[in-house]
Amino acid sequence: MTWNEDNWLLRVRNLTKIYGDPNDNTLALTGPAFNSNICPETDSIVACADISFDLYPGEVLGIVGESGSGKSTVVKMLYFDLEKTGGAAWLTPYQDGGVNILEESNQRKRYIRNNLMGMVYQNPRDGLNFGFSSGGNIAEKLIMSGNMHVGKIRERSSDLLNKTEVPIQRMDDRPGTFSGGMQQRVQISKAIANNPPLLFLDEVTTGLDVSVQAKVLDLIRELQNDLGIAMIVVSHDLSVIRMLTNRTLVMKNGRVVESGLTDQILQDPQHEYSQLLVSSLL
Amino acid sequence: MNILEVNDLSKIFHLYILHNKKIEALKQINFTMKEGEIIGLTGKSGSGKSSLMKCIYRTYLASSGEIIYASRSGNIDMVKADDHHIIELRKNEITYCSQFLSVIPRVSAVDVVCENLFRTEKDKQAARAKAKEMLEDLGLPTELWDAFPVTFSGGEQQRINVARAIIAEPRFLLIDEPTASLDTKTKDVVIDLILNLKKNGTSVLCISHDEYTLDRLVDRRLDLHLGQIAAVEMESN
Repeated sequence: MTWNEDNWLLRVRNLTKIYGDPNDNTLALTGPAFNSNICPETDSIVACADISFDLYPGEVLGIVGESGSGKSTVVKMLYFDLEKTGGAAWLTPYQDGGVNILEESNQRKRYIRNNLMGMVYQNPRDGLNFGFSSGGNIAEKLIMSGNMHVGKIRERSSDLLNKTEVPIQRMDDRPGTFSGGMQQRVQISKAIANNPPLLFLDEVTTGLDVSVQAKVLDLIRELQNDLGIAMIVVSHDLSVIRMLTNRTLVMKNGRVVESGLTDQILQDPQHEYSQLLVSSLL
Repeated sequence: MNILEVNDLSKIFHLYILHNKKIEALKQINFTMKEGEIIGLTGKSGSGKSSLMKCIYRTYLASSGEIIYASRSGNIDMVKADDHHIIELRKNEITYCSQFLSVIPRVSAVDVVCENLFRTEKDKQAARAKAKEMLEDLGLPTELWDAFPVTFSGGEQQRINVARAIIAEPRFLLIDEPTASLDTKTKDVVIDLILNLKKNGTSVLCISHDEYTLDRLVDRRLDLHLGQIAAVEMESN
């Protein structure tokens, strides 16, 4: 297959999130050049601004940057967890990419989320319902995307838990009784239950110990290879970015300061901040 | 037909975090490479061999000049092409084999070798069989095939690295010191594997310090000195 520039899966343009009441100077007075995302005139906070990129089917895009750089805000807006301040996004499996998904009704957004996207949060409590069993959590996602057959739902749930190495006999236990790594793998099972073409991963290995981290990363790599899901991986950990992604956006103070092939960002960073970030790598 | 045409290529590293220091790694490099040719890139350490190779693969962004690669679907300037286009070429045509294996946690030696093959070969067992054959040729002990390469010796990792690069028979191979830290017998195996690729049409750019490897392998040498091409020598054989 040769590359075709019209073949994108997700197109994002000028995505912006500002808290507070900005004025006309807010964007011009914030960002890496000022080393701040707080507008000096209005005290409004520019969580992220002017984020634009294209994601192709099966591509894995990394977003890297320090805490508060706005990287999570980007994926949370795309997954409709946060309302955008400005910008647009199009997803080709939805209305042939002809409609800005960020402007759709809540009902349409729920449809997109349940059928075309998956999200794995840093904290399993954000992605899982701790009142349900692990199997029930996966079933919830399947039911929301229109599956109703109980036998099939159970079969799919056990397949997914099997794939993510969660013991099947614990399918009816609540995630609260699981270890952190296991909770994360249940969350991944839930996120991919409806075979979404697009998966968001927000700091999914942060806080896990290294051997568990390796297991989760391993699982994500396998999903990439076997299912060809396109992913956006948010992480402050450059080793995670190096291992999982083809392309990377580097963010600072709410802006993208550099974007490029991941090996290029890691070996020949162009921006001062990327150079600092890479030179801090252990 | 030329597979590669490098015109006035320069690379300057601008290190903001090192008092804005500028390092000129490559100066006005010009050369062409024919399809199916093996070129040996020689020169002292620090002469710019790896920088040149990384510019061609786009791991480094060239500062000026062009690198025209004749892809199956037409000419493309590797300096300016869209990232996605480069990703596609790396998947389907161009492979880079660095001097050191970058290990993938919890993936066995055989699967590390297979990784590029898995993309096209859906039958995983067939891919693994091919990898094992290659590891056998390279003399990697069978008990290591299912082990994780992170604990392997330098020579063992090197052989896995070479096998991984050539197993999917790339159209254009960039390979850095493929025979360093190998004994003579294994060197010969690696050289034969690369010559075999050439027979099937692969073009190869190879960095080496090893006279024996260069003598047996390359059609032509480009000698780099302080970031410039100092000499072009044809091999007599």
